Amino acid sequence: MSLPKPVMRGLLAKRLRFHLPIAFSLAIVAAVAFKFGVTEPRKKAYADFYKNYDSVKEFNAMREAGIFESVRPSVK
Amino acid sequence: MLLKGKNRRSSLLANTTRIKCASSYWLLLFVRAEVSDTVDMSRPMYCDRLDIPLPDKPYRDVLTDAEESLKQKEKGPWSQLSREEKIALYRLSFCQTYAEMKKPTGEWKTVIGGIFFFVGFTGLVVWWQRIYVYPPRPRTFDPEWQAMQLQRMLDMRVNPIQGFSAKWDYEKGQWK
Repeated sequence: MSLPKPVMRGLLAKRLRFHLPIAFSLAIVAAVAFKFGVTEPRKKAYADFYKNYDSVKEFNAMREAGIFESVRPSVK
Repeated sequence: MLLKGKNRRSSLLANTTRIKCASSYWLLLFVRAEVSDTVDMSRPMYCDRLDIPLPDKPYRDVLTDAEESLKQKEKGPWSQLSREEKIALYRLSFCQTYAEMKKPTGEWKTVIGGIFFFVGFTGLVVWWQRIYVYPPRPRTFDPEWQAMQLQRMLDMRVNPIQGFSAKWDYEKGQWK
């Protein structure tokens, strides 16, 4: 009937010592993955779109399609 | 339980509580058909609970003579108790064992069955509503209208960088 005395102290510290490094590294991995999976491609997509963007041409295309109320399609 | 004269009339009422009142008229209307045992809740009570392994009092505390003598024998060395005596002593202190408390009840079948039944009933209600309650279908749901809507979205260049219009090839007039 002589069981060893169970551990009574330091239980939270032990749990934190194990789980905190894992938590922090997972958080950092998530942040890095988001940066290189989402934000960098998005910045590149925007840069590529506006590199050769002719706003006047786009405007005239939209005008001919007839979506504006202030400028009607050109009379041709 | 014998029903007295005035109780027989009120036996049709379901579980009305007794109202202690000076007027016996109300007593006639609200007397219970069966009088249950009152429990003194100010004293320690026995309970079968998984999270209370040692209840406030033993299950049986008024013992017969045979049980009294068994309790006396319990004061000696326990190796002299037979298996049946040990079990009898346990049953004096406790009503149910942990195994009996934790026995599965099969309640989940009733719960799942009830869920399916009421979901099905709700389906019937929704079906009836679709026939008798819903207003006429908006014209914006017609395929022709949807096609016109899609064309207008492309003309407006909705989300041209990463979204909707980015997937449309404007030179060829088709999806990329």
